[in-house]
Amino acid sequence: MLEGLLIGLTSAISPFNLMMVVVGCLIGTLIGMLPGLGPMSIIAIMIPVAIGIGDPTAALILLSGVYYGAIFGGSTSSILLNAPGVAGTVASSFDGYPMARKGQAGKALTIAAIASFAGGTIGAILLMIFAPALSSVALLFHSAEYFALMVVGLSAIAAFAGTGQVAKALMMTILGLILGTVGEGALSNMPRFTFGMMELQSGFSFITLAMAMFALPEALFLVMNPSRAATGDSGKIENLRITRDEAKSIAPVIGRQSLQGFFIGVLPGAGATIASFLGYAVERNIAKGKEQEEFGKGSIKGLAAPETANNAACTGSFVPLLTLGIPGSGTTAILLGALLALNVTPGPRLMTDTPDVFWAVIISMYIGNLVLLILNLPLIPYIAKILTIPRTFLIPFILFFTLMGSYLGQNNSTELLILVGFGVVATILRFADFPLAPLLIGFILGTMLEDNFARAMQLYRGFGFILERPMTLGLLVLALVLVLLPSYRGYRARKRAEGVADGD
Amino acid sequence: MNTFGWTRRALIAAATATVALGGAVQAQAEQMMESVHFLIPGGAGGGWDGTARGTGEALVNAGLVGNATYENLSGGGGGVAIANLIENAASSHGTLMVNSTPIVIRALTGEIAQSFRDLTMVAGTVGDYAALVVTADSPLQSMEDALASYREAPMDFAIGGGSVPGGMDHLVAAIVMQGAGEDPTAFNYIGYDAGGEAMAGLLSGEIDALSTGFSEAIALAEQGEVRILGVTAPERVPAYDAAPTFAEQGIDAQFVNWRGFFAAPGLPAEQLTAYQDMLATMMETPEWEAVRARMGLVNIYRPGDEFTAFLEAQEKQLGDLMRELGFL
Repeated sequence: MLEGLLIGLTSAISPFNLMMVVVGCLIGTLIGMLPGLGPMSIIAIMIPVAIGIGDPTAALILLSGVYYGAIFGGSTSSILLNAPGVAGTVASSFDGYPMARKGQAGKALTIAAIASFAGGTIGAILLMIFAPALSSVALLFHSAEYFALMVVGLSAIAAFAGTGQVAKALMMTILGLILGTVGEGALSNMPRFTFGMMELQSGFSFITLAMAMFALPEALFLVMNPSRAATGDSGKIENLRITRDEAKSIAPVIGRQSLQGFFIGVLPGAGATIASFLGYAVERNIAKGKEQEEFGKGSIKGLAAPETANNAACTGSFVPLLTLGIPGSGTTAILLGALLALNVTPGPRLMTDTPDVFWAVIISMYIGNLVLLILNLPLIPYIAKILTIPRTFLIPFILFFTLMGSYLGQNNSTELLILVGFGVVATILRFADFPLAPLLIGFILGTMLEDNFARAMQLYRGFGFILERPMTLGLLVLALVLVLLPSYRGYRARKRAEGVADGD
Repeated sequence: MNTFGWTRRALIAAATATVALGGAVQAQAEQMMESVHFLIPGGAGGGWDGTARGTGEALVNAGLVGNATYENLSGGGGGVAIANLIENAASSHGTLMVNSTPIVIRALTGEIAQSFRDLTMVAGTVGDYAALVVTADSPLQSMEDALASYREAPMDFAIGGGSVPGGMDHLVAAIVMQGAGEDPTAFNYIGYDAGGEAMAGLLSGEIDALSTGFSEAIALAEQGEVRILGVTAPERVPAYDAAPTFAEQGIDAQFVNWRGFFAAPGLPAEQLTAYQDMLATMMETPEWEAVRARMGLVNIYRPGDEFTAFLEAQEKQLGDLMRELGFL
C-alpha cells in the first residue's frame, strides 16, 4: 500500500493534476450552489472536457473534484434558501435553514464546510485502507436488506413527530409514499396513477417536489409575513466563529457519521441520501434531552450529522465503482462511462493493472477536500450576505431559482405547473402546521422501498425473507426502536411530570 | 423519478466544448452539412445521450458537420420528445432524434401514443447485442448447465436484468428461454432499476444469471468478474470472441438493441438523403471508429426502407413475445 501511495502522490501532485483538482472543485462548488444542478449534470457537462485531456488520471481527478465540489456547494442553497438542490442535502436544510433564520447563516455554512471536509477526508482514509476488503461488504446486502435499510431511513421522520405531531408526520409520510408511486413502477412497465398524462410517466421529479415543499412556501411566507424577513445580523462575519463548546459537541457527531455515512455509501444504490437521513435520525436519537429538542429548530448537531454523512457516503460510493466496476448511483454511472471512454476499466484488476490511476484518485480526494475547505471558508461571509439582501429583491431571487431549478431538470414546462400546484398545497399544509419534511422523505425513499420490497417478495415468494435473513430482521427491529424510542421517552417524561405534579 | 437532467446551460457548455475539441482536429473531409441539432429523449448519461453526443463528436471531428448542438428532452419514456418533434415538424428539419429498441416496446404497450411510423426513418447506425452472464466462480459453465439447473428447480433459478418486467432485459431473457424450448412465461425474472444494481445483485448471489447488454458484459468479463454464457449475435463478435453465441449452442435467440436516428415527419426527400449520406460517410471515418470502440457497439448501418423493414421485424418479434408473456 505504501508503494501505491507513493505512486499516487507523485502523480497527483504534479502541477497539472493539482490544477485539475482546483479547477474541478471550483466549477463543482459554483455550479453546485444553484438548485437544480446536481453533481450528475455537472459531471456530464465536464465529460467532453475530461476526455479531451486524454490522460485518465488527470481526467478522473478533474471529475472527482467536480463531484466533491458539487456536493460541497449543494448544501448552500439548502441552508440559505431552504431550497435543497439534490436529495442528499435535503436533511441539511432541516436544521441548516432554521439556523440561517436565527441569524446564524455564517455559522451554519462554516459547520457545513467543516463537516463536509471531515466526512470527505475520513471517507478517503477509509477508502484507501479498506477499499479492496470492502468490495465484499458492498455485496452483503441483498434486496431484502435494502428494503429494511429504507425502512430504517423512513424512521428519520420520527424526528419530526414532535409534540403531538405524530399523526400529522405519519400522514405526510404516507402522502409522500403515495406520490412516489406515480409513474412506472417496479413490477411492470405500465404507468400508474398518471391519468394518461405523458409528463407523469416517469413520476414526479425530485427537484420539483423539493422546491414546492420547501422553497416555494418559504418565499410565500416571506411575502405574507414581512416580519419573518428580518433575519437579524446574519451577514456579520463574527457569526462565522464556532465556539469551543460547539466544536466539542459536534466532534463526536462528525466521527460517528463519517463512519456510518461511508459504510452506507459503499452499498450500491443506497448512497448519500439514505446516509444523510439515517445520520440525522441516529444523531437525534442519541442526543440527550435538551439537545434533542433542538433538532429541527437549528441544532448544530442536526446540521453536522447529514453534512458529514453525505460527504462520507460520496467517497464510499467509489468503493463499488473502483473495485467492482459497479456504479452505485447515477453520478457514479456517469463517472464509469467516462472511465471506460478513457480506456480504464474499473474492477478487481484496476489496482494491479493501473495502480497509478487508482492511487492518484485517492490522493486527489484528500487534496480536493483540503482545497474545498480553503476555497469555501473565506467565501462564507460573502455567501451568507445573500440573506441581507432586502426582501423586495430576495423573494424574486428565490422564486427565480425555484422555477429555474425545476424547469432545468427536465426542460419541460409542465414541471412549472406541477411546481406551482404543489407549492400552493404545501403552503396550505404549512398553515395547518403539517411538517413537510416527512413528505419528501417518504417520496424519496418510497420508490426504492417498493422496488426492493417487490424483489425480495419475488425471490422468497412471500414474506419469508424477513425471518430467513437475520440482517433484514435486525434492521427492521432497529427501525422500530428508532420510531418508538422518542415516543417512549415522551411518555416517560410525561409520566415523570405527572408524578411530580401528584407528589406536590 | 428523473432527478437529474440536462440543462440548457449544460447543453451550451457541452456543445461549445465539443466544438472546441473538434476545432483542435484538422478537418479531414469535406463538410457535408452546416449544423445538426440532436434531440435526445432522455437525460444525461444514458444510452441515448451517449449515442447522440458520440455521433455529433465524430461528425464534427471528421469535419463532416460544422457544428453540432444537443437538446435533452426527457419525459414519458421518450414520448415527450417524439410528440414534440411531430408537433414542430415544419420547423424541425434540422433536427435528428436519437432512439433505440424501447421506442418499439413502448409503442407496443401504448406508453407512447405514436410509433416509429409517425416519424421519418433516417437510419439505424449502431447496435448492441444482449448477453446472459453468470459470476466468474459460478458452477454454470455453459447455457446447457444453466438450463439444467433451471429445469431442476425452476423457481429457484432467478434471472435478473436492469429493466422492469416487460422491459428489454426481460424480453431478451424470454427470447433465450423460448429459443431453448422452455416456457418463456415460467422463469423467475427479477427486475432492477438500473444495470449497475442488477450487476450488484448478480455478484451478491441474489440472482443466478443476468440479462444485460453485450458491451457491458465485455467490460465485466475482462475484469474477471463474470462469465458470458451466450450472446444474441448470429456469430461470434470480434470485439470479444471468447463469448459463445446462443446459436452455436443450439438455441435460436437473436436480438440486437439498435440505436438510430429519426427526423420530423414530412422531411423533404433531398434532406433525408443528405442525412443518410452524411451518416454513411461518418461511419467510415476513424473518428467514428474511436467513438464506436469506446461505446463497445457494432455498426449496423441500415438507411431508410431497410431501417423500416428491420424495425417492423423487431416489432413483430417483440410483439408476439409480449402477447405470449401477457404484457399486451
